[in-house]
Amino acid sequence: MATAVKLSGITKTFGNLKANDNVSLSIEAGSIHALVGENGAGKSTLSNIIYGLLHPDSGVMEIDGKAVKFSSARQAIEAGIGMVHQHFKLAPTLSVTENIILGKEQSRFALPARRIGREIAQLAQHHGLEVDPDALVSTLSVGEQQRVEILKLLYRRARILILDEPTAVLSPPETARLFVTLRSLAAEGHTILLITHKLDEVLAVSDTVSVMRKGALAGTLPTASTGKDELARMMVGRDVLIRTANPPQASGKSVLSIDKLVYRTPDGIEKLRELTLQVRAGEIYGIAGVEGNGQSELLSLLWGTFDRDGKTGGSIAIDGRQTLGMSPAEVAALGVSMIPEDRHKSAVIAEYGIEQNLILGRHREKAFHRGIDFNRDALRKNAATMIGRYDVRCAAESNPPIASLSGGNQQKIVVAREMERPLLKLLVLAQPTRGVDIGAIEQIHRRIIDARKRGLAILLISSELEEVVALSTRIGCLYKGAIRHEFSEEEVRRGREAELGFEQEIGMHIT
Amino acid sequence: MSKRSVKPFIPALSLLFALAAGSLIIAATGSDPLEVWQKMLRSTFASGYGIGQVLFRATTLIFTGLAVALPFRVRLFNIGGEGQLLMGAFAAALCGIALPVGTPALVAAPALMLAAAAAGAGWALVAGWLKVRRGVNEVISTIMLNFIALALTGYLLTNHFAVPSTVHTPAITLGGWLPDFDTLFRLGWHSPANLSLFVALAVTAGAAVLLFRSRYGYGMIASGLNPEAARHAGIATDRHSLGAMAMGGAMAGLAASNLVLGYKHWFEAGLSTGAGFMGIAVALLAGANPAGIIVAALLFAWLDYGGLAVNTLVPKDIFMMVQAITILSIISFPALFKSWLKED
Repeated sequence: MATAVKLSGITKTFGNLKANDNVSLSIEAGSIHALVGENGAGKSTLSNIIYGLLHPDSGVMEIDGKAVKFSSARQAIEAGIGMVHQHFKLAPTLSVTENIILGKEQSRFALPARRIGREIAQLAQHHGLEVDPDALVSTLSVGEQQRVEILKLLYRRARILILDEPTAVLSPPETARLFVTLRSLAAEGHTILLITHKLDEVLAVSDTVSVMRKGALAGTLPTASTGKDELARMMVGRDVLIRTANPPQASGKSVLSIDKLVYRTPDGIEKLRELTLQVRAGEIYGIAGVEGNGQSELLSLLWGTFDRDGKTGGSIAIDGRQTLGMSPAEVAALGVSMIPEDRHKSAVIAEYGIEQNLILGRHREKAFHRGIDFNRDALRKNAATMIGRYDVRCAAESNPPIASLSGGNQQKIVVAREMERPLLKLLVLAQPTRGVDIGAIEQIHRRIIDARKRGLAILLISSELEEVVALSTRIGCLYKGAIRHEFSEEEVRRGREAELGFEQEIGMHIT
Repeated sequence: MSKRSVKPFIPALSLLFALAAGSLIIAATGSDPLEVWQKMLRSTFASGYGIGQVLFRATTLIFTGLAVALPFRVRLFNIGGEGQLLMGAFAAALCGIALPVGTPALVAAPALMLAAAAAGAGWALVAGWLKVRRGVNEVISTIMLNFIALALTGYLLTNHFAVPSTVHTPAITLGGWLPDFDTLFRLGWHSPANLSLFVALAVTAGAAVLLFRSRYGYGMIASGLNPEAARHAGIATDRHSLGAMAMGGAMAGLAASNLVLGYKHWFEAGLSTGAGFMGIAVALLAGANPAGIIVAALLFAWLDYGGLAVNTLVPKDIFMMVQAITILSIISFPALFKSWLKED
């Protein structure tokens, strides 16, 4: 087979950082090539170089056997390269068709919209990318928006597609569907470069996999001849426990008890329908479910951030106290910590330093106070302790803004803050390892198990089935706002031993 | 010379550019730019009266600048400084008239300032409340409240409180008069500069402490930077919105200490001369930073009074253009250089 992309000795430095160090790589035409690596390993830099957004300091790039030097993405697009970014670049107020032809309008005046619409519909059907050409992008689900992005590239006759973390925002069925599409595209001769840090996906869909570590290429392997352990070791540079040890433990009395919880949004949409569950001290109660089945609403009711114009029913009791309707500060004061779903939106202040972010939500604790201000020495000491204990990689002395840390390290800060709350009884974790790379996932998982051993009650909400299975004592399957099925402690323990079948069984209860 | 070493000279370069552009415009109207600049410098820096005029104007602008800067920190754009200033000044004047003759200065002056701050804060809180409770855009509501304040004070002045056949109220009680610099420092400036300048500086320092050295500021700035995360952390963002508006309004109201207590000693029509609006530019130029507000207020005050002083040489409209170009280049030069420095 021919080589679609060939990189030889690509080096790119930013200041003192070697983002790409002498990377040489060839990607076969018509193959799915996965590029894996931890956050900051240089995957994005490399893909941006291929897409013409960055220029390498040295090295040669060949597309279809011809040496190229892109000075902009436009030239890369002309050479048949297309990229789907992690954050979509669509105009929400335009229709699907309009978004697809945006920037490539063929006539200066009237657009033959109907003909183009038909063309797009055909293209979509052919590759399993069904989406209504006339729908406004703002009305589409995330999965549908991604289909529009891919259609846009196909409409522009791109033959080499770069997808940056395409499954980060997708539910399991949507991911499966995307993989079918990718397979079909590759079968027709499209070359696909898939950037990800989810090893299961790499193994499921790719033909070849390249691993990056600290800017350099750690190796390229045929997917068929490798496994998760080997890839993880190549990524991190040491052995990684894919599965954290989870020894059984007797659970204590009920800490969180949710009874027939109902929530209806101000628009009258019923998001929670008599949801009932109990979390006991010393257990991790995992909620499995596809996103959008009431997880966000459950979290907002627990934490007191829900829209008060909506209607609530039923009850939430923490340690016997009714908390439904309390403010976040009141709930926290009962010894409750929460790691919210969306770190950037709700868990950190990007411009604040690490020291300031480490007390966000805990800033009422007297130990941090002095006069009308905070005790700056106490904040510094707290930061130093947490950075050490949770292995945060950063230049701590200068208290840099948290936005300058990688996603995984930001999440460690959030985890540290919430887990170290004094007199903690209940820990609510939503997607605790989202966007975090494999080495850090291992650490965070170990922290969660440790917290359980200390006797905390833990409610874990995750769209990663694997995570739920690995950590939970009991599992509740959330579907359309209610726990549809609950797996007992015994069932979960046995399920962990036959994981694939167990995940499929859970999958049936959540779809 | 490397690009980096240019950086410290950017403010000077922008002033030079403004000077050159201004000179061209002045020359185009037939005046001698050199003569105009000389006169401007002489009239502002070479005489005690000129210095005093600049300091007096800067005092008002520090207050009105803070009035915009504090709400700006919680993402509220307070266009209502003018109205809040008028309400504050009117309240101070009424209070000063109502107090019995012979009220000691230690009672009267603080009481009048309190009245001014309270009136300004109350007026701003109307907009704050509409925003928090009803989602009304604060830009629109503060603009409307400016009109209402202007009309209300105008009506009350002409129909109820003005000394017959004048456009001002009776003078406030003597205890409410703040001493001017001549009295304070035995100078012979005969300028309107008065004790209020030190009130303004103290208030600015207080604002800086509140923002950057207090737990209140931690919550307030967090609510502005990421309201969702702040709410999640149990910070009452709505309360911070109201608090910032109230503080902003109080600052605008306190400008009355300069205009009423320190200078006019009564309320009169046209008292503010647009200082409430000028405060918007002061706050933006300073990046809503208290220390920067002092510098920005001095610059605007200098341009303001300098422009008056050269009225005989250059038409007023022309000098307004020069002033605007100066401000524009000071704002835009650092931004222009930033992208230039970033290349390579």
